Amino acid sequence: MTLLTVKNLSKTFDTGRGPIHAVRDVSLSAGEGECLAIVGESGSGKTTFANMLLGLLAATSGEIIFDGKPLQPRRSARDRQAIQLVQQNPLSSLNPKRTIGASVRLVLDTHRIGDRANRWKTVERALEAVGIPGDMRTRAPSSLSGGQRQRVGIARALACHPRLLVLDEPTSALDVLVQARILRLLNQLREDRGLAYIFITHDLAVVRNIADRVAVFQSGKLVELGTTEQIFSYPQDGYTRSLIGAVPVVDENELALRNKLAVTP
Amino acid sequence: MIRTLRIVGQNPLSLLGLILVALVVLAAALAPWISPFPSHNGAVVDFVYANQGPTARNWMGTDLVGRDILSRILYAYQISLFLSLVVLAIAPPVGTLVGLLAGYMGGWVETILMRIVDVFLSIPPLVLAIAMMGVLEPTLTNAMLAVTVMWWPWYARLVYSLARSEREEGYVLAAEVIGASTAHITFREILPNCLPAIITKMTLDMGFVIIIASSLSFLGLGVQPPTPDLGSMVAEGARYLPDSWWLTVFPGLAILVAVFGFNLLGDGLRDLLGVDE
Amino acid sequence: MTPLLAINSLTLAFKNLFQHTPVLHGISLSIAKGEKVALVGESGSGKSVTARIILGLLQETATAEIGGEVWFEGRDINAMRKAERAALRGTDMSMIFQDPTSSLNPTYTIRSQFVEVLRRRTADLSRGDCDERMISLLEEVRIPDPLRVLEAYPFQLSGGMNQRVMIAMALANRPKLLLADEPGTALDVSVQAQTLSLMHHLVDNHQTAVLFISHNLGVMREFADRVYVIYRGRIVEYGSTGSLFAGPLHPYTQALMAAVPRITGSGLPDLPEISDTFLAPPVSHGGTL
Repeated sequence: MTLLTVKNLSKTFDTGRGPIHAVRDVSLSAGEGECLAIVGESGSGKTTFANMLLGLLAATSGEIIFDGKPLQPRRSARDRQAIQLVQQNPLSSLNPKRTIGASVRLVLDTHRIGDRANRWKTVERALEAVGIPGDMRTRAPSSLSGGQRQRVGIARALACHPRLLVLDEPTSALDVLVQARILRLLNQLREDRGLAYIFITHDLAVVRNIADRVAVFQSGKLVELGTTEQIFSYPQDGYTRSLIGAVPVVDENELALRNKLAVTP
Repeated sequence: MIRTLRIVGQNPLSLLGLILVALVVLAAALAPWISPFPSHNGAVVDFVYANQGPTARNWMGTDLVGRDILSRILYAYQISLFLSLVVLAIAPPVGTLVGLLAGYMGGWVETILMRIVDVFLSIPPLVLAIAMMGVLEPTLTNAMLAVTVMWWPWYARLVYSLARSEREEGYVLAAEVIGASTAHITFREILPNCLPAIITKMTLDMGFVIIIASSLSFLGLGVQPPTPDLGSMVAEGARYLPDSWWLTVFPGLAILVAVFGFNLLGDGLRDLLGVDE
Repeated sequence: MTPLLAINSLTLAFKNLFQHTPVLHGISLSIAKGEKVALVGESGSGKSVTARIILGLLQETATAEIGGEVWFEGRDINAMRKAERAALRGTDMSMIFQDPTSSLNPTYTIRSQFVEVLRRRTADLSRGDCDERMISLLEEVRIPDPLRVLEAYPFQLSGGMNQRVMIAMALANRPKLLLADEPGTALDVSVQAQTLSLMHHLVDNHQTAVLFISHNLGVMREFADRVYVIYRGRIVEYGSTGSLFAGPLHPYTQALMAAVPRITGSGLPDLPEISDTFLAPPVSHGGTL
């Protein structure tokens, strides 16, 4: 079942020095429970694209169809609830002056989920589902490790039962051992809850191990779209190949694969 | 708590500030009981002791009509602190509200609010107050009104710039994605992150309001006689310098102690609350 | 042959009235002339403070308590006077930081910042000599239009271009040791790869020794001759890049290596974030410390 369809989506910013075409005529779709990776470097338009999915930016043209219905520029509370975000930097995404529990509870209060009286219980369960003990809900973000903070960010995004999660470089600010655990958690949550992911990243090695399909963006355009298997067996676009060629590798098998894929066929 | 002690330990001047402020507040609160001549707070005349330097009876001397200067300073502190508190109970909330809305919402809200603020900020504060007092009657209430009107735009500026930078933080984005209301985002998310800077500025401003209020009374535009006021006491005595030095020096010192105390305390708070200047 | 840099049981603790926080627990490492050495660790492992000590910057901090020796060309940096340490920086020792754009001053042109760097070594260098040196250095880092770049401000150039300018400046005075603290992490991967290979080529040509500090194992594998792995202020494993990557011996290095996602799609292994085994005694792959 297709959950999300993006048709001819474009975004142009008018600046003093003329228009900037941040996203140009992008069409793609994501199925229920699918993880679609969006890969690109700075200026590729991947963040603008994500902001349009989240309803933070209005598209210049094109449409976003979610669950069979086109999303309006002014999102309903229901539509907002259905698409949530996990940000790159968990230190900035949690308000330093509020407890982690209060940050998660905001979701429940905003969308009036469950009884008021039971909401703290719900918050604790949401934290426990991502591996944070419930009684830590009174802690400030500053007293948590980077990995714990990102877990809280995930708990918050999941608290209103979204069907699609936009993950914007969710592990690139984390240490590699912490990254491994967060990626496993994300995989497990996706399996358990049938979530769909739009996984934005520049790290192709992460993409290889978490995504079902890959969309490669360059200067606002979608230059290649395919299954992860296809992209890492026969990349078609020259830009995709150059991205693969730039991945730092740690073992001989990877080196051989990289050298094979990076050359023009 | 340990952190507090540590910062106080590293910055002994803030401790001095705390002591000075405590002394001033205590002096004002206990004025009716500790002042040697409580009745000298009003229109009393005692020509036998008029215009005398410091003696065992009058530690800081007496004024031109024989009133005890120490007693009048203690009562003047009451007026000064009351005036500062009233000004700081009104100006910061008003300015904060304006600054938060302008800083977070942007667009035409920002344009309109901040142009109004700019108009106020473009007039030198004392000139604005003098103009207002020229139109209004010089009373305590009007003095407070004038100082409040010139004070809130500074808070609007401060909070506006803080809110502008907080708006870029991830937690604001997170609240927007969730769909939280503008009221929630401004007051519950952004405001708590601006509070340390606001509180620090309020502490520093206690001293500055005392100076401005004293300047107004010095010009005869503030609190009117016979109510004791530090500014008018300095003004009256200035004509008799250097002979009757006690008429100006002691009220002047009283202003200095209060302002100095609040400034040091404000600096200490800035370190404690981790506010960047 | 005596090494260019030899660190002996270096310890560091931050102290104040109430607390004493140890950060480095006796680090030893050495770098030979012209050798490329990597110091790999996660955040909080102590890798960046080590660089700051070598640069003689942390010695000036009142709250830092430093023990052990840092021998550079036969002189102990820890025992030097402040002025002597300052004289080393930008001449015999130079550095490249994470974000090239923010480590250049946005209010001066590249030319005026570059001239300042050159005159650190030769104070009376003439304008003409400066220009000649700068242009040849910028050409060396493959900047196509050196004259235009010299007149530009850092914010007018791309991140990759600024990174090349930084490399040219860092190598301008022919330093014996270059410290590179996560260079290019703030840049796009393809730009990062280009500048790293450029840097690789240049330091080989100039016979400059490099201490490369990073969390990225893949980058280290391509760049370094030898690798030291640091965990919580301790060196846990060291050896030649080839043997360390082919067969990591320490439990921490093994976990780190296993945690790196592979483009071959080896999956996401179940590894602990922390473990007591990570604190096991250090392992060597032979060779000098």
